Amino acid sequence: MSRALARRKRAEARFRLMGRAAIAFALLALVWVIGSVLVMGAGALTHHRVEVSAMELVDPALVSASDLGAQQRRSDFQDGTQSVLATARLDQYLKGRDVVLSAEQVATVERWREQGRISRGFNTTLFTRPDSRDAERAGLKTALFGSLIMLALAAALALPLGIATAVYLDSFAPRRGWGGRLTRALEVNINNLAAVPSIVFGLLGLAVFINLVGLARSIALVGGLVLALRMFPTIVIASRAALESVPPRITDGALCLGASPVQVVFGTKLPMAGPGILTGSILGLAQALGETAPLLLIGMIAFMTEAPAGLTDPATSLPVQVFLWSDGAETAWSERTAAAILVLLGLLLLINGAATALRARLDHRR
Amino acid sequence: MTDPTPLYMLVLSALLCAAVFYHVRDGARRRVFLAGQRPHSRSRYHGALAACAAAAACSVVYGVGLALRPAGDVLFDAGWMAATGLLGWLAGWMVSRRSTMAFRARPHVERIVRIALAALSTLAVLVTLGIVASLLFEALLFFGDVSIVEFIFGTQWSPQTAIREGQAGQSGAFGAVPVMAGTLLITAIALLVAVPTGLMIAIYLSEYASRRTRALVKPMTEILAGIPPVVYGFFALLSVGPAVRSLAGALGANVPTQSALAAGLVMGIMIIPLISSLSDDVINAVPQSLRDGSYALGATRSETVRRAVLPSALPGIVSAVLLAVSRAIGETMIVVMAAGRGATLSANPLDSVTTVTVQIVALLTGDQVFDSSKTRAAFALGLMLFALTLILNVVALIVVRRYKERYA
Repeated sequence: MSRALARRKRAEARFRLMGRAAIAFALLALVWVIGSVLVMGAGALTHHRVEVSAMELVDPALVSASDLGAQQRRSDFQDGTQSVLATARLDQYLKGRDVVLSAEQVATVERWREQGRISRGFNTTLFTRPDSRDAERAGLKTALFGSLIMLALAAALALPLGIATAVYLDSFAPRRGWGGRLTRALEVNINNLAAVPSIVFGLLGLAVFINLVGLARSIALVGGLVLALRMFPTIVIASRAALESVPPRITDGALCLGASPVQVVFGTKLPMAGPGILTGSILGLAQALGETAPLLLIGMIAFMTEAPAGLTDPATSLPVQVFLWSDGAETAWSERTAAAILVLLGLLLLINGAATALRARLDHRR
Repeated sequence: MTDPTPLYMLVLSALLCAAVFYHVRDGARRRVFLAGQRPHSRSRYHGALAACAAAAACSVVYGVGLALRPAGDVLFDAGWMAATGLLGWLAGWMVSRRSTMAFRARPHVERIVRIALAALSTLAVLVTLGIVASLLFEALLFFGDVSIVEFIFGTQWSPQTAIREGQAGQSGAFGAVPVMAGTLLITAIALLVAVPTGLMIAIYLSEYASRRTRALVKPMTEILAGIPPVVYGFFALLSVGPAVRSLAGALGANVPTQSALAAGLVMGIMIIPLISSLSDDVINAVPQSLRDGSYALGATRSETVRRAVLPSALPGIVSAVLLAVSRAIGETMIVVMAAGRGATLSANPLDSVTTVTVQIVALLTGDQVFDSSKTRAAFALGLMLFALTLILNVVALIVVRRYKERYA
């Protein structure tokens, strides 16, 4: 009897331990993912520069040649020296990474270091410059602009459409007869659309917008349309949930006071569901910001050195840039990639934080 | 740089409609004030109706102008703008002339709102349907070249077609079995990681954890769901892949960095929150009376979970797993970055395998024209993916609905 009890107690402890182990595993995975990106990406937030005099002949393997050339063409240099960008190789060497330099190069670097000509500063290049073939000159400007334009377009299309669809389904769609069947079909359709793999949206965009309509590949317009399609079901579902959570006593009260159905929806239901709709929409936006696969399919895989200025310009987005950079073999590239991921995660954090804060604020007011 | 004129026209139209709204509304207010009696509709509905008329006129002018417009003709653009302003204002004025005290503006506006909402939601459905149709169309074109039987049962996948006529290996082989096998292998690994972990997290959080632990751990696991797939792909490529490789190397096996195991592991981590939050919901929905009955019979907590809670939550858990499967099958970035591209038929998790999504990306990201069987094969794979995930989702929804009915 007591042995059976002890066995059951052990089983109980084991079960509880398994639960704790599962949580520990998930948290460890979270820490591992974020931590490895942080550790790798933190290095790319700073970069080395070298003071070079205009007359000096410098090894282009150590100092960014295009930077040097551009600066040396200028006749008015200060104090006879300029500060130029170190190449990715030199930068990695100075950061103590595993880079092989020739003895001659090492000697030069040591001499520069003794003369105090090497400085380390915040890597502004990463944010202000477009993409480049050279790791030290590659920046996120193109990607940031592309993401901004495409998200703006997607939000401008998907938000009104999604919220209108949710309002219609919630309050005005027929519930009986053939109309009711149509409504239910529509609901099922939207629910399934939300669970369709995102890559399928890329295929659809390719088939419809590029092959059928004849828009050019990899332009921001197509990307925005595809992201809008992707966001649409998320927004509809979130908005419907928010609309459904408005207590019927409030809408009933409005109806009792003589408001028409349209007045009830726009006067009481939408304002009360507002915070929920807003939060859901912002989360949809965050999801669209991280979307990569559909954009690859519509051709956003090309090397782009110019930030898009309009909807019909070729564009790239932040996650696509991450994907493209992750191909680079050198450590400098993986460092940059990790830094780009940090920027992406930072933006997502900002968006989610904004959603939470807005929601708390609006809920509080009510 | 994009030609900004169409955008300016949109802004102009919007401003015009706003002007009509305020003008007509204020006119109605003045009339009400002078008459000193109650009108049927409030002034703002008179304004809104006129603005709707103006908007209709503006959109017609906009559409016609956009269709007829020669590029860079300043004169045409000026005429376009003038026509928009004139016709928009005219339409608003025509409607506002009917505005009297007895005019029933509100029902008109409400009918327009209803119709507009219905139109917008049908538009969404039409877009979906058109899109599915086009996918089907491209896939059918592919099945005109390659028989369905060969596609579904063929064991050879080498879609590289020749650039020139008569080159060796010109007609590629399109047998989807190796691709499907790779997908299933990675999905299986991901589920092996995610299902036990996610389920145990859900059980612990709903049955054992204190409220504080729950409030702390639940958002943390949800962060895992919020990280974009491309980040997981990078993580798999640079952290997990080499780790698996060196671990296997220490055990004496030679493993490529891009292995099914690395991709599957990371995908499993990504799916954990999906399973844990869905199972959490269903476990919480199990009535307390079931647990109380089990405790009353002398069962321990874990026995209650295993013998009473889990069996009654099973349908919900099954549907969570089905949704996880559909998510894993359709996941793209992790496998593109960490699973490799060679279509080998292998059940060894340490091999580099390929998946449906990887092949779609590989087939469509080259620079080529979009009418070879190679690109159409991507649509056939996409259709397969779409059908598979659709079936999984529908089955999961049906299971959940049955379950809800049981405890409603």
